[in-house]
Amino acid sequence: MKQTLKKALPFLGLGFAAVTDRAIPNSTQQPEADGPYFFYFLLILAAAYLLAFLCSFFFQGLEEKLAHKAPFLAGAALLVAAINLAISKFALLPVLFFPCLDRVFGVFAADRALLLRCILASGKLLIIGFLIGGGLGFLTGVLIGFSKKASYWISPIMKFVGPIPPTSWSPLVLSLFTTAYAASVFMVALAVWFPVTLMTSSGIQNVGNSYFEVASTLGAGKFHKICHVAIPAAMPSIFLGIFYATCSAFVTLVTAELLGADAGLGWYLNWEKSMMMYANVYAGLILIAVICTLAITLVFKLKDHVLVWQRGVIKW
Amino acid sequence: MVGEIKIEHARKTFVNPDGSSVTALEDVNLTVRPGSFVTFIGPSGCGKTTLLRAIAGLDPADSGAIFLDGEKITQPGVERGYAFQQANLFPWLNIRDNIAFGLKARKEYKEKKDDVAKFIEMTGLQGFENSYPHQVSGGMRQRAALARALVGHPKVLLLDEPLGALDAFTRMNMQDMILSLWKEYNMTMIMVTHDVDEAIYLSDEVVVMSARPAKVEQIIPIDLFRPRRRGQDTFLDYRRKILKILDFAGDIQDVDYYL
Repeated sequence: MKQTLKKALPFLGLGFAAVTDRAIPNSTQQPEADGPYFFYFLLILAAAYLLAFLCSFFFQGLEEKLAHKAPFLAGAALLVAAINLAISKFALLPVLFFPCLDRVFGVFAADRALLLRCILASGKLLIIGFLIGGGLGFLTGVLIGFSKKASYWISPIMKFVGPIPPTSWSPLVLSLFTTAYAASVFMVALAVWFPVTLMTSSGIQNVGNSYFEVASTLGAGKFHKICHVAIPAAMPSIFLGIFYATCSAFVTLVTAELLGADAGLGWYLNWEKSMMMYANVYAGLILIAVICTLAITLVFKLKDHVLVWQRGVIKW
Repeated sequence: MVGEIKIEHARKTFVNPDGSSVTALEDVNLTVRPGSFVTFIGPSGCGKTTLLRAIAGLDPADSGAIFLDGEKITQPGVERGYAFQQANLFPWLNIRDNIAFGLKARKEYKEKKDDVAKFIEMTGLQGFENSYPHQVSGGMRQRAALARALVGHPKVLLLDEPLGALDAFTRMNMQDMILSLWKEYNMTMIMVTHDVDEAIYLSDEVVVMSARPAKVEQIIPIDLFRPRRRGQDTFLDYRRKILKILDFAGDIQDVDYYL
């Protein structure tokens, strides 16, 4: 019973947000919105949570998860309600830069086709850049981690070039690549390459010598040791590199799409900002945040799957 | 019968980071008969492990030579299994895959798949095949490490105090298990230990080593029938004898690292 009450908390938060939104009219300083989109957004959230709430009665795992998260979700709903009151209802902040939430969420409805195109374009750029940068980074990292010679020649270059923000390459990159798209891919790949290389090589260099000795006494050759000892042992570190890479890929994305892209979330943000359409900018920001969170969640899920052996050994 | 180890004038010196050097082995000469069970016992840090690692080929001796059945040892090899002080199981592999590691590394897994199951059974690890190393007890980890070293049917099994970290009961059970594995597979066993009782209980010969640099102080054949009883008078006589030599050899010193 107590558990159920706790789980119901988010309804209270969402209810408060909805009631205040409906009861108090938007400030007259705010330009008129096309419809009560913030209210629709709350409805969608409430419906989604209701679904989870009902399912939780049948799944023990979900029940605990939901009870654990419920106070946070309720708090988040209250925070959104407070933002709605401050910006939309009382216009406490300059209305040009802080458009009312109905207009922000209205963008998702009005621009949905364009936004979808942008998501696909950005997704494609990210995935291509990630595969190229991550693949090369992994290979470079293994090479540096395993061969003293490679470490001698490549490692200083990596450490010299790596910390330069990938976006600051843009002037050079534009003259090196024939198409702007290739230049964008290069920047994302570079942003991914550095952390993956660094964490892969340091992960491999830190593998305890005892594992290699065990493998030697069991008759493992060099290649077997690389693939079946060094790389699995370095996996926790490699995943940390992939995690950093995911974050820096998103950071780079916004600038990379400045280079003559005609779609993409970064492009959308820049375009709408230059048009002073701040409602659209906020919508784009929310979208990037959601997609970035999803990508990181995906990385973590993959990590949990691959590193099932270290559950209870290492935490991060 | 194969598995004869012959050590001739083995010397080994380690250079410390500060430039000073430590002689770990000085002119060690020893022959281990095929199929026998020999333990090295001696003060902490005397170089027992160094000698064992030299036999394994992990850290070859600086001069002198070690032979297995007349063939000079230069690098690690499957015919010399090694059980480390720490079990050193690969934490990313479950127990079964740890045991199968050597077979897979040598691409023999397909033909010798059944060996894995056999050694799991012999070491009493049934039911834990799919557990990861951190999920099982220290004793099980050591048993899995033994199974992993044995699955390639080595001629010589080198045991570097594999029971050192276990509690007394687990330890005694494991000693019996090691004896039964030895009987079953007829290999030469060379074990490093600190524990005089363990040495007497297990071995045909106890090699008492002097403090650093390690030399063979005395070789004591243990003439007792198996199964041996740890409390019997003759057992205790051997114990007194070895302890006396160890005392003469300088006994336990405070050295906080192994050579």
